[in-house]
Amino acid sequence: MSIAMPTPDAGVIARGPQIVAALRAVLPPDAVIDDPQETRAYECDALTAYRCPPLAVVLPRTTAEVAAVMKVCGDMGVPVVPRGAGTSLAGGALPTADCVILGTMRLRDVLEIDTDNRFIRVQTGVTNLSVSAELEPHGFFYAPDPSSQLACTIAGNIAMNSGGAHCLKYGVTTNNLLGATVVLTSGEVVELGGPELGPAGLDLLGVLCGSEGQLGIVTEATLRILPRPEGARPVLIGFDSPEVAGECVANIIRSGVLPVAIEYMDEPCLRAVEAFAKAGYPDCPAVLIVEVEGSKAEIDDQIARIRAIAEALNPVEFRESRNADEALAIWKGRKSAFGAMGRLGDYICLDGTVPVGQLPHTLRRIGELSRQHGLEVANVFHAGDGNMHPLILFDANKPGDLARAEAFGADILRLCVEVGGCLTGEHGVGVEKRDLMSDQYAPGDLAIQMQVKDVFDPQWLLNPAKVFPLDASATHRARAAE
Amino acid sequence: MSVALDLAPATEAEVAEILADCHARRTPLRIAGGGTRVENRAPGETLTLSRLSGVVTYSPGEMTLIARPGTPLPEIERMLAAEGQALAFEPPDMRGVLGGNGTPTLGGMVAANASGPRRLLAGACRDHLLGVRFVDGRGRVLKNGGRVMKNVTGLDLSKLLAGSHGTLAVLTEVVLKTLPLLPARTTLAFPGTDEATALRIFTAALSTPFEVSGAVHVEGTAYLRIEGLEGQLAYRRDRLLALLADHRPEVLDDAPWQAIRDVAHFAGGGPLWRILCKPTDAPGLCNGLRALGGDCSLDWGGGLIWYRGPGNPRALSAHATLVRRAGAEGPAFPPLAPAVARLQDGLRRSFDPAGILNPGLMDA
Repeated sequence: MSIAMPTPDAGVIARGPQIVAALRAVLPPDAVIDDPQETRAYECDALTAYRCPPLAVVLPRTTAEVAAVMKVCGDMGVPVVPRGAGTSLAGGALPTADCVILGTMRLRDVLEIDTDNRFIRVQTGVTNLSVSAELEPHGFFYAPDPSSQLACTIAGNIAMNSGGAHCLKYGVTTNNLLGATVVLTSGEVVELGGPELGPAGLDLLGVLCGSEGQLGIVTEATLRILPRPEGARPVLIGFDSPEVAGECVANIIRSGVLPVAIEYMDEPCLRAVEAFAKAGYPDCPAVLIVEVEGSKAEIDDQIARIRAIAEALNPVEFRESRNADEALAIWKGRKSAFGAMGRLGDYICLDGTVPVGQLPHTLRRIGELSRQHGLEVANVFHAGDGNMHPLILFDANKPGDLARAEAFGADILRLCVEVGGCLTGEHGVGVEKRDLMSDQYAPGDLAIQMQVKDVFDPQWLLNPAKVFPLDASATHRARAAE
Repeated sequence: MSVALDLAPATEAEVAEILADCHARRTPLRIAGGGTRVENRAPGETLTLSRLSGVVTYSPGEMTLIARPGTPLPEIERMLAAEGQALAFEPPDMRGVLGGNGTPTLGGMVAANASGPRRLLAGACRDHLLGVRFVDGRGRVLKNGGRVMKNVTGLDLSKLLAGSHGTLAVLTEVVLKTLPLLPARTTLAFPGTDEATALRIFTAALSTPFEVSGAVHVEGTAYLRIEGLEGQLAYRRDRLLALLADHRPEVLDDAPWQAIRDVAHFAGGGPLWRILCKPTDAPGLCNGLRALGGDCSLDWGGGLIWYRGPGNPRALSAHATLVRRAGAEGPAFPPLAPAVARLQDGLRRSFDPAGILNPGLMDA
């Protein structure tokens, strides 16, 4: 464990029984869990290297129940860690020993589908995929599609401002979120935004989205919905160097064709995928998968343009899909990439973003760092927007290997910042990248963000020890505790 | 150096110096870009950003533009067009409406979150704002976001500053996403329609995957715009023509989209209001507004009503902003729920404790 967590508040832990009793007094019997056997299920999220069982877990079903929980915790000074489906790769839902986990998974109702006004209103415990499933009979869909979409909830998507493979065209959560019902630590319920295309005053929704549970609990959301495209088709392009693949990405984007996705896989990733999924990818250092949407004629037209761009760069292969099976075959390797890497051993998945023009340089530097740290790295990522996902392979059973992998990861993220990018494109800061925030932001830049938290969460009870480095937040926390 | 020159800073450091000084003396400032977006009646001396101007970096291949706030918007538009790109949210030029004679600036555009008809498809200005540098009310030079397309590192203050009308901070640099200019466009016009019919046309068209990039109703005519690569356009046009045949559409190669964007039809005359609503509520609202006297037009597929007239729309809508006073009194911005107002006031005090930046400008 190289990421420090603050010492739990012994006073809060000592008052555990009273806190649980107060929560039971305002919630149905099955909505409060304090049996250590059961709270253990909530001790970590998808960043499994860090674990800590919470004091208690609450699973409310309504906004009113969430408000009641927040009132109890606010009055008793108990930290609250919000949790969607627990799929955060950044430790965004990691508990502290003195916290109540507030799980949103029972907030499961679809409240309103309004295709005439092009929105859906849901409770935020619904999963990302089920939102689009609800909309399918109406001919609409919800655009953000994080790869955990089968499990992850809208609450978590809003907290992390989630993206996905198709956000090159459709944007991320913040571009598709119209309104939110938010519960503050005071227990107050606030409506931000709504079906309208803009706020009445300041854009509070804009700062709430992606705030990683630092500002409030979102219990209901109004989401923008889009008509389903007529069709989509991928092409696969193999190149004999990462640089040329990067050039192809930039040329496609400049040409005016706007693909819905441009995915990149490098050689180590391709090797793993080939061994695991036998996707039949070409044996070469870099593969792009480019997907376009539209009618058949529109797709043909766009693919012809992409082919012209790619062929000017002498690709190893340009593979089109003539039917649904061939399209699936092209996506098969990409979609199994994380599973394939998992078979090679333990891995850390990073999430930095770099300017698209810096991709070749960044890939080269990552290769050098890999040799320095003596750990293998594979790259599979959203190339169109420069959002990289280097996977660092290590052996969790080998003493010191995790620490080495973390150090390698930190070097890669610093590299991303150095070339003009950022620490995280879609996974969030959580605890994982908390201590690197000072590499991206000067003290004042962090202070103004923490002042925003002061306004929403004056007691600093929400999602403690995440996002802001502990030394940077010390004075804010101390003032809040007064 | 004269006082007037002091308040036309040419560098970020000068902005910081002025703001730190005004903070210490609790002296209010009226923040101005080109002075073409809002009627700024805030007290105090004017701090103009026109000299803090110029493009820092424009990378067409990375689709990013970094520029200072005083940069004239027409200059940016020309530079982008030369590379076949544009600001996809189609910022309107409000000079005609507000009778201003300044030059619209990039900073003013962001501060107003100014977005035209294509907002419907492409999102608002704030959706294309990747990062900012700014000076807060204490005179601190700060930054947020960056220059990459995907960034969830920390709280997104860029969104908060977009549309804050200079009441939280003074922008000193903005980073915007640029997008390829779609080479072809065509318009379907439906003359002789009322708002209710227009809404039916919009609803039908916006339920198709044909990426309608403008859906407006002006002076009795509904317009649908489609844009794309040459090959796509004919197909989409023909599908929409078939779908909407009952409404007898006409195809226009060139429709007055710039005039529509700039609300030129309401350039003169009485008070002008901007009202956001659920599109299906728009026809009823328009009838109610006309009963107060005056005229309406629709943008954003019915989600935006422009109302020119003597009536006060606040009785009908909680989402009405007074854009041009023309003699009308009262607050320009709509009232907020008490809890939201408290959060907003708290943020304003955080960014600007002495209340020196455009005080009262966004008051409800």
